[in-house]
Amino acid sequence: MAGDIWVLAEQWRGQVSEITYEMLALGREVADRLGRRLQAVLIGHEVKGLAKTLGLADGVLCADHPALAGPSAEASGQVLGQLIRSRGPMAILAPLTNVTWDLTTSLPAQLQAPFISFCKDAQVQDGRLQARCVLYGGKMEATVTAAGGPTVLGILPGARPAEKGRVERTPSIEEVAVALPEAPRAVFKNYIEPEAGDVDITRQEVLVCVGRGIQSQDNLALAEALAQALGGAVCGSRPVIDQGWLSLSRQVGKSGAIVKPRLYLAAGISGAPEHIEGMKNAGLIIAVNTDPQAPIFNVAHYGIVADAMDLLPLITEEVRKATSRKVS
Amino acid sequence: MRILVLLKMVPDVVEELEVAPDGRSLDLEFLRLMVNERDDHALEEALLLKERYGGSVTVLALDAPEMDDALFTALAKGADRAVKVSGGGVGLNTCATASLFAQALSAVPNLWPADLVLTGCQAIDDLDGLLAPLLAHKLKLPYLGLVTRVEVDASGGRATLVKEYAGGVRGEFDVSLPAVLGVQAAERPPRYVPVARVRAAMKSQKIEAVPSSDRVEAATVGVLRLAKPEATEHAEMLEGTPEEVASKVCEVLAERGLL
Repeated sequence: MAGDIWVLAEQWRGQVSEITYEMLALGREVADRLGRRLQAVLIGHEVKGLAKTLGLADGVLCADHPALAGPSAEASGQVLGQLIRSRGPMAILAPLTNVTWDLTTSLPAQLQAPFISFCKDAQVQDGRLQARCVLYGGKMEATVTAAGGPTVLGILPGARPAEKGRVERTPSIEEVAVALPEAPRAVFKNYIEPEAGDVDITRQEVLVCVGRGIQSQDNLALAEALAQALGGAVCGSRPVIDQGWLSLSRQVGKSGAIVKPRLYLAAGISGAPEHIEGMKNAGLIIAVNTDPQAPIFNVAHYGIVADAMDLLPLITEEVRKATSRKVS
Repeated sequence: MRILVLLKMVPDVVEELEVAPDGRSLDLEFLRLMVNERDDHALEEALLLKERYGGSVTVLALDAPEMDDALFTALAKGADRAVKVSGGGVGLNTCATASLFAQALSAVPNLWPADLVLTGCQAIDDLDGLLAPLLAHKLKLPYLGLVTRVEVDASGGRATLVKEYAGGVRGEFDVSLPAVLGVQAAERPPRYVPVARVRAAMKSQKIEAVPSSDRVEAATVGVLRLAKPEATEHAEMLEGTPEEVASKVCEVLAERGLL
């Protein structure tokens, strides 16, 4: 129906992603407030079984076709574009994740529709949809509204707990015809799996994570020493991986790993949304940063305003003392 | 191989950001600007491709404070040509930015055609869209984002790209050229260039300044309010001398059975 709220479901390599359920929970709230239907859209190949898990939606539009098997945004974009044009939803909640990145970010251009990026929340005020967006690396938040519909909202992970989006109910599923008039110009070939052999940071109980604030590769040794004293491993945020100081397998965040250790010690990490997405569920988060305004302090349990490079050796020394007392 | 790199200035978030009196935009007075970090990676990837396949790199930017420094830095790093379009400014929305770039490509002599257009995969102020997909649509070219590697085939008509997915998994695509790519990271960290070389570039090279047309698209989204995030939770701050803080950290770890 025209004016519905849509959720673009993300499925990757045969599994529905967590963010799909997070967006369903968010979409449900918005649709109920507006008195609209909540419609999920699932695009892929052999995905009908997955559609059954999207029961928080009133209905699921399922586009299933062999040409939609890979992560081709051009093919999925044609299908989604046709559906949106013919059915006229009011808003489309779309994942702003690496997996769906190309589709979500190119859809508004294709539709000539407004796009609201970096959304962490959406609400209804005076009958209109408002989004809350994370800007400037998490240092500012904007409350935003679009000029007209259909509006595409790029939703960040964590908008709602995924559990809220999972229900026992089976939704009504409508299989839609797939027409792909244009051959994709970017053709998916294959995936490249991460290198094996290194430490699996998703299995570590203790992680010392270093960011831009460590300033040079030499300072990695300070983090290594603390990780060793605590029986854990060192990982890094994007800038450290970009510099080649740590391998890609040690990256925490949007492109890297989602970790949930018992202890996460963040050294010199500002806490950009892309990073927080990867570590916010750690058991205990201790953050050290020179900037008292750093967004990392909004997710950490304990915070210290200091240069991590001065503090890490002192913590290491204290940890060593404490553990040797325990042994003796 | 002709490569175009699009650069944009964004606020340096290491500095304190303040909201302007209108409550809807950043206070520009004390803002320090820097080149969008991902654009710097796009430039580096372009320079690596030039070294590998030959050809030229042109950097194109909308005028903004400190933009000249950024463009001379790009020239000092090895870019061949720098073009600056007036009428940009800080805080311009991304849809309008894409539109000004598209107009410049058709108006400025010898800018188009190119084989590749590279820019950062995102910027920290991309509220209403990302530059690469918006521009790709205007130019009717293929687009891929989060790119970390580009290899061009012998004909120069196609490229193999690597882009990032999740959990360290990457994907390989075969794409027809020209294409517009949003670069996540270059194959190597962006190169450093000494200030002396930038100064030399300022003396020996020129930035072409071109006027922009007046046709700037109306904003598609409206900002009602801009504010520092109200944290629902905040860390308990540990204070004291560094030694005291270190020992407090250990107490916390011991309480949680982590020692």
